[in-house]
Amino acid sequence: MAYLTLDKVSAAYGATPVLQDIDLRVEKGEIVSLIGPSGSGKSTLLRVLVGLLRPQAGTISLAGERIDYASKAALRRARETFAIVFQQYNLFQNMTTLRNVTVAPTIVQKRPAAEVEAEARDLLTRVGLGEKFDAYPDQLSGGQQQRVAIARALALKPDILLLDEVTAALDPELVSEVLDAIRALAESGITMLIVSHEMGFVREVADRVVFMDAGRVVETGAPAEIFDRPQTLRAKEFTAKILRH
Amino acid sequence: MGGDAPQHAAAMSYTLQFGQVVGYIPDLLWGALISLELAFLGFVFGFGIGLFNASVLHFGRGWVTWPSKAYVVFFLNTPLLVQIFFIYFALPDFGITLTSWQAVVIGLALNAGAYLTEIQRAGFQSIHAAEIEAAETLGFTRIQTIQHVILPHICKVLFPPLSNQYIILTMTTSIAAIFGVEELTGRTYNANAITFRAFELFSIAAVIYIALTLIASALLVFVGRRLFRIDAKVF
Amino acid sequence: MWEQLAEEAPRFFGYYNMIFIAQAFGQTLALSVLGALAGFVLGAFLAVLRHPRLVPFAPGRWLAISYVEIFRRIPFLVKLMCVFFAYQLAGAKVSMFTVALTTVILSATAFAAEIVRAGLESVHRNQWDAAETMNFAPAQALRLVLLPQAWKIIIPPSFSYVIGFIKSTSIASQIGVLELTYAAKVLSTKGFSALLCYGTILILYFLICWPTKLLGAHLERRLGVSHTR
Repeated sequence: MAYLTLDKVSAAYGATPVLQDIDLRVEKGEIVSLIGPSGSGKSTLLRVLVGLLRPQAGTISLAGERIDYASKAALRRARETFAIVFQQYNLFQNMTTLRNVTVAPTIVQKRPAAEVEAEARDLLTRVGLGEKFDAYPDQLSGGQQQRVAIARALALKPDILLLDEVTAALDPELVSEVLDAIRALAESGITMLIVSHEMGFVREVADRVVFMDAGRVVETGAPAEIFDRPQTLRAKEFTAKILRH
Repeated sequence: MGGDAPQHAAAMSYTLQFGQVVGYIPDLLWGALISLELAFLGFVFGFGIGLFNASVLHFGRGWVTWPSKAYVVFFLNTPLLVQIFFIYFALPDFGITLTSWQAVVIGLALNAGAYLTEIQRAGFQSIHAAEIEAAETLGFTRIQTIQHVILPHICKVLFPPLSNQYIILTMTTSIAAIFGVEELTGRTYNANAITFRAFELFSIAAVIYIALTLIASALLVFVGRRLFRIDAKVF
Repeated sequence: MWEQLAEEAPRFFGYYNMIFIAQAFGQTLALSVLGALAGFVLGAFLAVLRHPRLVPFAPGRWLAISYVEIFRRIPFLVKLMCVFFAYQLAGAKVSMFTVALTTVILSATAFAAEIVRAGLESVHRNQWDAAETMNFAPAQALRLVLLPQAWKIIIPPSFSYVIGFIKSTSIASQIGVLELTYAAKVLSTKGFSALLCYGTILILYFLICWPTKLLGAHLERRLGVSHTR
């Protein structure tokens, strides 16, 4: 039984369908990467998992148990399971780096403040921001803010980490520092769902790649298979375009 | 006009009786037209005053701007009612005697003029040198630059705050009632003096003001959308 | 005329008149400040009620919107009259000050709701997304993330808001509240020239409003660089 299962999940923004009949399985400790052209629904899928968009059809199950996104209690539990890092980092502008990382574990999860702070300092140091505990987000570069966002997500001790195009908004020279941080995470064994355009990185880090297009899952497989030997037409077109770079 | 309502009105309007006052609604509506006229006059004159002072403040330097600054600061930081009291009661000491109507219109115009000065000044300031440079490098003459670049830009920037000010002015005209002018509020007082159905009458006046301003807002939003492609909501 | 003024002025600025004006000044301040404060609290409540992510309760939203639109679109004088006669209908014997204060609060609530709403809306929805996905309760998100960021947008217009009510209270003179404008009327019926009476009162209003405006402008500049913990 897979750890996370999506079964015929569909979602829409108003009248526009954005996800159609999504089937997906993620094993514990697996790193799955979602790739595909813009508008294919990859980010939307992550937003559905974390409860920012309600699915209209299908089931999402965690360790066999179905998540009922209509129920407040179940939604809360789902948000304890998943932690998401956004493309725009979404750090709380009115708090220091340290406070950004400690606020949710302390206030929402009600864990002891001293323990949370020690852990936060450790996490921030591990992503290379040990000097920046008291800096405010507007004093940091994009890459630094994104690493804080990653530390913040990890501080919640999630079961599954969702990364939503976390390098897409960064200047090119800042991308590698974030990818390094994620690479280190990948070693730690945490289950991750990564939406990314960085194909080289995806190839290196992902256990499995899922190619999406127009709201549907088109093809899944190991990175080598998807990039070198795509089976479907759309996947072939996509990989041809990205390889041309 | 104004002051306390007769005490015996309490016993008589214990049960709301809108039936009695419905007949006065046409009269009130004619009064509303007078209110609109007052707002129009106040706005037009105020706009002119505002344009003049905004120009002085934007293009002038040093002591030339002081009178305009003083005007704006004074009229924004004192109540309209007292301004009109002064115009109506104190100016005769200087030999200037005005009718109620005149005093009210002048007061409204001067008061609105201060707000309109600030609005138009912001409009002037919103023009970026970059836009004018671009127009010049494209070969526009001075006149053409004003006509095709500056004016459309200013109109778009100014339309929302000017619309808002117009709506405010429409409501502010109710102050004319205190001076005996028979606009909407004034006629409400009159009708009350006859029927003593005060709450019903003033409620109806309130509804008419709401309707007037809602219609005006909707019209202005519509015009803004059509003429200037401004995306706004009525509420 | 100037000789008349020169003759009047010492009598006008005499001890008892000054006390009288000072009391009226106090009433103006009490009405506007109390009204503005109470209105701000109630208006903030309405703004929260109206926010779709804080309180996802449609009837509450519509209530808040209706209240704001209605009470922003009625002139102060008309509201004052409605409140006056409403109290009368209810058989409540209240002071004119209470009538005026009620009117100020009803109005202030509507205007404050708009100011707070603009402040809350100015916070990028990204902040919401982050707070929501981290399981912040609405009250926690409001307290920890939204309000600290919304303050900067709320403070500057708040000063114009207060000044607006200081000026509106002049209309309370119409029901006999002993504030500054009524004091001017009383003094002028006592025989002092209109110039002196209304001129002095204009200056007094100016002395309350203008420094407040300057303070607001100063705070607005300083708010460009501010952080909360």
